[in-house]
Amino acid sequence: MNELIQLNLSSLTGRKYWRSLNQLADTPEFRQWVEREFPEGASEMLDSGSRRTLLKLMAAGFGLAGLTACRRPAEKILPLSKGVEGYVHGRPLHYATAVETCGIASGLVIECNDGRPTKVEGNPRHPFSLGATNAFQQAMILDLYDPDRARQVQKQGVKSSWAEFESWWMEQSAKLGDGAGLRILSSRSTSPSLEALKAEIAKKFPQSAWIEYEPVSFDRALEGARLAFGRPLVPHYRLEQADVIVSLDCDFLGLDTLSAQPVKQFAARRKPEDGKELNRLYAIEANFTITGAMADHRLRARSSDAGAIALALARELNVSGAELKVLSQGGDRQQKFVAVAAKDLMAHRGRSLVVAGPRQPAEVHALVALINQALGNTGQTVVYTRPAFAAADTLGAVQKLAEDLAAGRVNTLFVLGGNPLFTLPAGPDWAALFRKATVAALTFDENETWKAAAWQLPEAHPFEAWGDVRALDGTASIQQPQIQPLHGGRTALEIAALIAGRAERRGHGIVRSYWAAQWGAQAEQKWKQALYEGVIAGTQFPLEEAKADAARVLAAAQSALKPAPAGIETVFYPSWHTLDGRFANNAWLHETPDPMTKLVWDNAALLSPATAKRLGVKDGDVLEISSGGRQIRCPALVLPGHADDSISLQLGFGRSACGRVGRGVGHRVEGLRAAANFWFGPAEARKTGATYKLVTTQEHHTLIEPITGLKRHNIVEEFSVEQYRHRAEHGRHEPHPATDLFPEFDYSKGYQWGMAIDLSACIGCNACMVACNAENNIPVVGKEQVSKGREMHWIRLDRYFSGEEEDPQAVVQPMACVQCEKAPCESVCPVAATVHSPEGINEMAYNRCVGTRYCLNNCPYKVRRFNFLNWNKDIPEIRKMVFNPDVTVRMRGVMEKCNYCVQRIEEKRSQAKAEGRRPIRDGEIVTACQQACPADAIVFGNINDPESRVAKLKQQARDYSVLEELNTKPRTTYLARVRNPNPELV
Amino acid sequence: MADLAIDPRMELNPPLVQGGMTYSDVTDKISSIVEGKAPKQWWIAMAVAVPLALLLFACLGYLVTTGIGVWGNNSPVGWGWDITNFVWWIGIGHAGTLISAILFLFRQKWRTSINRAAEAMTLFAVACAAIYPLFHTGRPWRAAYWLFPLPNELLHMWQNFRSPLMWDVFAVSTYGTVSALFWYVGLIPDLATLRDRSTTPIRKTIYGLLSLGWRGSATQWRHYELAYLLLAGLSTPLVLSVHSIVSFDFATSLLPGWHTTIFPPYFVAGAVFSGFAMVVTLMTLARWIYGLENLITMKHLENMCKVMLATGMIVGFAYGTEFFIAWYSANQYERFIFLNRAFGPYWWAYWSMIACNVIAPQFFWFKKFRTSIPAMFILSIFINIGMWFERFVIIATSLHRDFLPSSWGYFSPTWVDIGTYLGTFGLFLTLFLLFLRFLPAIAISEVKGVLHQQVSAPHGVPAHGGSH
Repeated sequence: MNELIQLNLSSLTGRKYWRSLNQLADTPEFRQWVEREFPEGASEMLDSGSRRTLLKLMAAGFGLAGLTACRRPAEKILPLSKGVEGYVHGRPLHYATAVETCGIASGLVIECNDGRPTKVEGNPRHPFSLGATNAFQQAMILDLYDPDRARQVQKQGVKSSWAEFESWWMEQSAKLGDGAGLRILSSRSTSPSLEALKAEIAKKFPQSAWIEYEPVSFDRALEGARLAFGRPLVPHYRLEQADVIVSLDCDFLGLDTLSAQPVKQFAARRKPEDGKELNRLYAIEANFTITGAMADHRLRARSSDAGAIALALARELNVSGAELKVLSQGGDRQQKFVAVAAKDLMAHRGRSLVVAGPRQPAEVHALVALINQALGNTGQTVVYTRPAFAAADTLGAVQKLAEDLAAGRVNTLFVLGGNPLFTLPAGPDWAALFRKATVAALTFDENETWKAAAWQLPEAHPFEAWGDVRALDGTASIQQPQIQPLHGGRTALEIAALIAGRAERRGHGIVRSYWAAQWGAQAEQKWKQALYEGVIAGTQFPLEEAKADAARVLAAAQSALKPAPAGIETVFYPSWHTLDGRFANNAWLHETPDPMTKLVWDNAALLSPATAKRLGVKDGDVLEISSGGRQIRCPALVLPGHADDSISLQLGFGRSACGRVGRGVGHRVEGLRAAANFWFGPAEARKTGATYKLVTTQEHHTLIEPITGLKRHNIVEEFSVEQYRHRAEHGRHEPHPATDLFPEFDYSKGYQWGMAIDLSACIGCNACMVACNAENNIPVVGKEQVSKGREMHWIRLDRYFSGEEEDPQAVVQPMACVQCEKAPCESVCPVAATVHSPEGINEMAYNRCVGTRYCLNNCPYKVRRFNFLNWNKDIPEIRKMVFNPDVTVRMRGVMEKCNYCVQRIEEKRSQAKAEGRRPIRDGEIVTACQQACPADAIVFGNINDPESRVAKLKQQARDYSVLEELNTKPRTTYLARVRNPNPELV
Repeated sequence: MADLAIDPRMELNPPLVQGGMTYSDVTDKISSIVEGKAPKQWWIAMAVAVPLALLLFACLGYLVTTGIGVWGNNSPVGWGWDITNFVWWIGIGHAGTLISAILFLFRQKWRTSINRAAEAMTLFAVACAAIYPLFHTGRPWRAAYWLFPLPNELLHMWQNFRSPLMWDVFAVSTYGTVSALFWYVGLIPDLATLRDRSTTPIRKTIYGLLSLGWRGSATQWRHYELAYLLLAGLSTPLVLSVHSIVSFDFATSLLPGWHTTIFPPYFVAGAVFSGFAMVVTLMTLARWIYGLENLITMKHLENMCKVMLATGMIVGFAYGTEFFIAWYSANQYERFIFLNRAFGPYWWAYWSMIACNVIAPQFFWFKKFRTSIPAMFILSIFINIGMWFERFVIIATSLHRDFLPSSWGYFSPTWVDIGTYLGTFGLFLTLFLLFLRFLPAIAISEVKGVLHQQVSAPHGVPAHGGSH
């Protein structure tokens, strides 16, 4: 040591300070000691530099912890009415959003249970949903959790990523130059943000083209407006103002409008108690649609005859002053029908309305616009605005795309949404043409287009993504996500931003920046307001002054409209099950029967009894239908009331590339749908001899019994306006009091729940059925089990025809458990599994049920549903997310049925209790079917409260109980259907 | 029949036991079936019955593990072959009790040679029937004890005693219990006979245990006769009550076609009708297999044919009455359901029923048919089929088209329906063949009592001649 010290001291110059001899010696031990922070033996982290790392990790930890909450501050979604503040676990939150289908937007409110969207409702503030929904919107929630969705970015089937796709596009985009080789084929969108992006893309790639294609659209109406007014305008009907409505091949209550608004307006005029005069609907149509079923007078006519009828109507109404060409006289019935309808229209000038269906050519639309103008209806019952999207000749653009592809002029083709390879008009070999370009397809499921694409991109569900839409009248809504994209999908908006080369490529940023630019200083406040309300105030388009050019319209109509050719014609309709194929993997919709045919899990060639007889076919016989050298095969289904020599075909079936639900279901008819007969056209039909099993939930039974020929009363009651007035004056017939073996329950106290269903308002649109599916976790059983009569719907729509087979009337009756006060099911259950609640609900105790099915046998309404097999077996995990946590999922072997959404009653009861034990207000409890109903045909409430809406409805003269003579005393009563026939046509 | 014994003319009133059999002949003959080797026919019959019985268990296993959906039941036809078979089998069981108890009380001596087998048939038919109410439920593992008023943790409440299905549970279980007791009590003297004739220790032990120490002493006979009489008295109302209560399953509902007051007597008559048909079917077979012509005489068979004729006429009358009331009630649903039975989609079932139940027994007006073994065998089969159709018609045709035409449907059986039904035949036959093999198929002691029936038996109680 001393030597070392000496050495060190000697090596230093100048004065040397040292702390210790060790330092002087500069031993390794000393050096170690200096480096050590803590004395030996004290605990320490062995890792060198540990403190630094620890601090780093802590900082990162805090950062990451913060990240979990990043999404909310970054992309703020706001509840409609219930704040996250004070959030109670297990209670749902409701967020407003909007969706568009075929370019028609509706505002929705989504119920989320613990971050999981489970139920769709209409947004009452939105002008096109008005709080209601249609069946498709109800079923969208199931698509969200579809296990067969596109989940992964792929490059020709090989797993890839969005980053790889983006870098591919960066390279590709540089090579595209002015974009001469770039085409974008998208489904229709009304998004203002997307419109801005389109403009950017057009600027960046001036030679590129953006084509919007929808297999189901009302483009022809816009073309008609262009013809009449010189510019494309959207007609908006004010059906609630119209006393007389003539529908020319227009299913405006059903699949031709796809929103609740027209139904609300129409149904408001079908309730005689409201003091308003009943409207009168004349329907002229080929297929028997639900609009036809609501009509007071219905004329069967082929779609190609509508032109002649429109001309005849114009002639009768003398719109031009000049003599109009007669295309065809039609039969006596048709002539009389047109004459009477015209007279009725004339008598209600300014309060009448003629509407034309989207299948009709532009000339018919123009003619109808002219007729409405001549009747003084324009500005009264019909107003016009500009469309929410750029109206274009879609079929022409698609044809041009085919030519460009064939000529090799297209190098890159983006498909944004939809399934064009399935839906594009027949003719070009699209599959081969698509191989000529690099196709990047953003699709929701692994459909035909996805399979053919080089870049396969999963599309986000509207409930997962930011966006914005415009309703038909321009009202804009922010599409607010309810959940993070489940499979990392993106939207067309986000891809468009990528194509446009924007830095901000996330939906939230795109939408927000668009609207921030619109709003300026108030952006923050308005954004919150828009999210909260689900509509952006003041975004409606102004009404347009529309003056039809009569001379031009009549000239065009007289030259373009031709007499209908003789022979069979085919007409394409959207389907109640898949719409245009987009819902093909949605089991709820497949199992919800078509409102008129009651067909499930299939489409069919609908034809009239006479045509079927002529072709020698009956239900299930496969027809070969050919037109323009193309053939399809489709099983026939006879529909009473269908026009003769016409075959109605539903789109969207026979998907070859589809998820497990929809693959191979039905028959593809798109193969016949060329641009020339896009909606209807002549065809030939031939019986093939093959048969196919079609399954319906209901036969074509009428209320007339077979064998005896007697009509069954007390099921559906119908009155004419006259009869109704008589009944209202003389009071209803009170049934004789019946004697009972069992003592009466005391129903005088507390809440007594009851329901009234208005058959006059119900249009039979299936919305209630699908809403009930979603609310009550109702299982799907499949075609085979439905054929055995084992469907599980708690509410069904009974459709009865009346009158002659060729030209019947139809009435639809929603039927769920009617909650009998003297329930036949209750007395026969040996284990008391179905019992009466003190509030009058016939309740099912699933746990107690052993499944004797005696209750089912003894139920005169046959509304009980039995779990014959385990319908919930092998459900993919993700599909389970759609279950309503408030409702039990039933096991096999137990009975189930409607219970008036008892979970909703209990929810409101506890809410009322929490709010100071106040009574439950009338209208506070809304059943799922009632909430979805666009016609307000279902009213639920406390019948013990004489002031409640339901109690008042039950006092109406047209209130009756189904099968009253059985003395079951149902709590659900019906309001008789009131028809308003024209005495001149009766 | 009482004057049968007085009448000296043998041709008109032949003795109940023929061929000049003595007491020991009777014992030997009947015991030999149990003691000797099983004839080839027995093995052939077992070869058919056992696989069918196994099929029953296979079908039930499939049913319980998969669900009622393996059958054809649906909405609106909640009950199909299950309850049809249940009522059919219960009906089959009726003849046993009727022959044993009611004919016993009415001193109908001719019953003695057939009552034992008929009682066994009752028991086995009730066993087959009891399968259905349990297994037709969606959750039989619960129904197995929830349908009984046992205290249990899950229900926390009583069953619903307003439900006819509850009444059914009690009626059928009571019937089963009393029938078993009645049958067993009747067996005791014969079991003792077999015990005493046993040559192997195993047989001796088993029959010894089963015969409960029977010695054949006068005191024992006195108690035995009284017990038998009491059980007969107890069984008699059951014959009427069981099927009446089974008919309540339908009659108390509000379904047209079910909701009728005629059902209790109509069901009882139908049950006796089908029961006798089944007894004839089985007895003619047993007679042929074991050569029991002297014990099961033509007189017995002819009497049973007469009962079938009578009850068949009652059933036919009931069919007519139903139609009349349907018309007379002026109830639209009621009228429709009956016309629909005859002319609706199930017309074939209805007319099969009419042909088998109303037309077939009419042949029994003729002595030639009443005394022809092949004729009565075939006709009894027809009646068995017809009575099955009757239950099917009542259940399926009433359900398939009830009040709301929107909910009308159709029922088609699946292979499991058919397999289960065939399986119950297997179970029934297996049990019956085992019974033939191991127990005296004819009541030895009772037959001996009527051996000299040409001599009047003034006090009417079967004379007993000891057990040896």
